Amino acid sequence: MKYTEDHEWLRIEDDLIVVGITEHAATQLGDIVFVELPEVETMIAKGDEVVVIESVKAASDILAPVDGEIVEVNDALGDKPGLVNEDPTGEAWFFKVKVDDLSVLDSYMDEDEYQDLIS
Amino acid sequence: MTELLQLGLHALHLELGARMVPFAGYEMPVQYPMGVMAEHQHCRASAGLFDVSHMGQVILRPKGTLSETALALEALMPIDVLGLPEGRQRYGLFTNDSGGILDDLMAANRGDHLFVVVNAACKTADVAHMTAHLSATTEVEAVTGRALLALQGPKAEAALARLVPAVMAMRFMDVITAETLFGPLWISRSGYTGEDGFEISVPDGGARGLADALLAMEEVAAIGLGARDSLRLEAGLCLYGHDIDTDTTPVEAGLTWAIQKTRRSGGGRAGGFPGAARILNELASGPGRLRVGLRPEGKAPMREGTALFDGNRQVGQVTSGGFGPSVGQPIAMGYVLADKGEIGTSLTGDVRGKRLPVTVCPLPFHPTSYKR
Repeated sequence: MKYTEDHEWLRIEDDLIVVGITEHAATQLGDIVFVELPEVETMIAKGDEVVVIESVKAASDILAPVDGEIVEVNDALGDKPGLVNEDPTGEAWFFKVKVDDLSVLDSYMDEDEYQDLIS
Repeated sequence: MTELLQLGLHALHLELGARMVPFAGYEMPVQYPMGVMAEHQHCRASAGLFDVSHMGQVILRPKGTLSETALALEALMPIDVLGLPEGRQRYGLFTNDSGGILDDLMAANRGDHLFVVVNAACKTADVAHMTAHLSATTEVEAVTGRALLALQGPKAEAALARLVPAVMAMRFMDVITAETLFGPLWISRSGYTGEDGFEISVPDGGARGLADALLAMEEVAAIGLGARDSLRLEAGLCLYGHDIDTDTTPVEAGLTWAIQKTRRSGGGRAGGFPGAARILNELASGPGRLRVGLRPEGKAPMREGTALFDGNRQVGQVTSGGFGPSVGQPIAMGYVLADKGEIGTSLTGDVRGKRLPVTVCPLPFHPTSYKR
């Protein structure tokens, strides 16, 4: 698992990158009541606002961590946005993205570096 | 940017694990570890303790008679203050010359003086405003050295009655003074959550003891500003600076219930407050726009600032919006043109470039449970 400074996690699954937010981020955001996901087949560029997460109080943007094409989104979050609080690194993944080169992940933090960031 | 002020109970909030945020010049607890959703539900089901010491407490002490002070205050707001009986509190609004709202407040008749509670962000201006206009009849004293706690929810009475049995006899909007081991408490049966409950002004020296005694009770949990906002929104209550401000009149805001008959055209003391011409005219002929409840049809909240459309024409905008934990859906309030204000009117709201359906609905979203 790799991590961004924006508190996203990224992991490789079947040549795709799966993206979600960390437990730390989910705790900071508070109770999630709505997640707006991108459409499948959307082309994204690193830094694009790709997901909107709404807590009781406020909306937050999640930025695309890599360039690529969205190939799958987690529709379960439509009915159960609270999954982001319950299981942020498991069931509550946001989307899967196809990238040209999986080595883009190399520039991101590993678990130890991320723990240092949030401690 | 001036430095943030700290509440007298700052240390307590940190001990409780609050997340502190800047609000109206103060460092305020926005939520505790329980979280906004659970804090909201706890207040609706049991009792929540809020520290609202940032709000302004002001004593209006007559130089002559209380009636003279009441009449002087009536010159600043379209409220029947003279007719407010001793031991009772009433909602009020300071208006400006164009009929806009300078602040909303609670005013209580405490026998030999009036006690006024105003919004934190407006308190300096309010004290200056009252001092400028009331000094012929009244000493305007900004109260220092007292905290303000709100205890809200269906179990608030049972909890507070263990410390102050006299609260059991109070009705909604009654005020009393109670001598306690925490010092003299100025208690009103009111609040801003839609629930039964109390606001308690307590000397700084007794505030920690009172808060600790209440929080030690099984029913009571500390509740932050986050849940205070979702609770008041579900109750259809206005937040100053958002739902009401100097550009909105009391009539547009749907606060006509606060304007008693005697201050209206044909009443014994009709008019005589700033902006009376416009406000009385809107009472007679209707305002151009109205504050309404709004229910987004989907799951996406419509936040403050969301533009509202009828077809391609913008007809209003959201002034408060979020998720209602007790409603289980997104809810909002906003202003729409008067002919779009009918319950059931279908509009759309612009959420991040998408026009999503939203319906005008009655307020409140969650029934109030005041002890009348």
